Amino acid sequence: MRKLMLALLLATSAANAAAAEQSATTVIPGGKFESVLPPAPGVKEVSLKPFQLDRRPVTNAQFATFLKTQPQWRRDKIAHIFADDQYLSHWQSPAEPRKEDLQRPVVNVSWFAATAYCESRGARLPTWYEWEYVAAASNTARDGRDDPAWRQQILNWYSRSGRDALPTVGSTPANFYGIQDLHGVIWEWVEDASGMLVSSDNREQGDPNVMRFCGEGALTMEQKENYATLMRIAMLSSMKARYTGGAMGFRCATGGRDGK
Amino acid sequence: MKRLFLALMLLAAVVRADAPESVYQLDATLTNQSGERHHLDKHLGHPVLVTMFYGSCPMACPLLIDTMRSIERTVAPAERAKMRFLLISIDPDRDTVAKLNELATSRKLDTSRWTLARTDETSVRKIAAVLGIQYRKLPDGGYNHSSIVTLLSPDGTIAYQSSVLGTADPELLAALQRQP
Repeated sequence: MRKLMLALLLATSAANAAAAEQSATTVIPGGKFESVLPPAPGVKEVSLKPFQLDRRPVTNAQFATFLKTQPQWRRDKIAHIFADDQYLSHWQSPAEPRKEDLQRPVVNVSWFAATAYCESRGARLPTWYEWEYVAAASNTARDGRDDPAWRQQILNWYSRSGRDALPTVGSTPANFYGIQDLHGVIWEWVEDASGMLVSSDNREQGDPNVMRFCGEGALTMEQKENYATLMRIAMLSSMKARYTGGAMGFRCATGGRDGK
Repeated sequence: MKRLFLALMLLAAVVRADAPESVYQLDATLTNQSGERHHLDKHLGHPVLVTMFYGSCPMACPLLIDTMRSIERTVAPAERAKMRFLLISIDPDRDTVAKLNELATSRKLDTSRWTLARTDETSVRKIAAVLGIQYRKLPDGGYNHSSIVTLLSPDGTIAYQSSVLGTADPELLAALQRQP
């Protein structure tokens, strides 16, 4: 019995240490950059305030810890409007991931659940611009998007088979800011995922009779050669907030929001 | 009085905010044009027309109010008395309580049935998400947002969503007639 206690204690402290390590964040300095989604016609640059971003995506182990304090987000308790049927379907039970998944990024989570997780840490999801800004960095440069070798590396990652098991977090090299796994591991929720409006806005351009959107600006996508980023936008704008995906996870951010 | 009480009891038994598809399951607090705070489900038990807007919007938002008013005018008085109208701002920075109050006055909205409300930025995102409304802030401080009028059943379930602006959408009126 005492041995069991000791083993449990050790396991708990190891798990806590692991959780603490992986929610480590890095300060991202503010700055300006050109997004593939210009904020408005004729406006190219986006300004960002400094913010903190998780170095790695949130793991199944971390999400399981969150469910202990907020069980309303367990798959057997969650309200139908907040997640589809695939929510956490890869877990062995409503409270437990499979052992081999503990250090893999949590996937099959809805935007609502990802948002709730980040809020439980006093954080939020990063905005699309924050995500794109950090993901523009290569391993050596703040903006590696014009570097053909870096671009090829990203495309190689994206061509990984969807049937392969997800890698554990931290398996890709840190980028310029020290952030890992932005490319080649999972898709990631962003705070404003539903506001990207790409298809709807372009479709309705020039038709004043169909005014589903209030506002003067229509978004257009730029830097068409930035294929991997455009794929992400297409993916995110096709997702509703209750949808989940087998390769769709998230990480959290704190600090300054863009657009202010 | 006793009969009213009984009717209310019955209503409470039938209408629950935790219906599987009810948007009232979202935990969000609103502040109305008089500065009163209430939960999103304030109008539980009533058919509610809800939309999201921003006060400084030049075109589609005034039209959204016009659209909801024409629905209000079109329905029979008995139905009208049951209905509630909820406009939630997506611009918490600029749509203060005073601004909302001003708008309610200038648009001559009957605040016994109409509510203009604001909330924090995070709740705006969540409410928009449960209603399927997309929005995006523009550099000039305005917003691009979907102009959709949603009919909520008395239990908070989405009964119909209309993107018809300017006139009362016949489909929405039909859905309204089907409400208990």
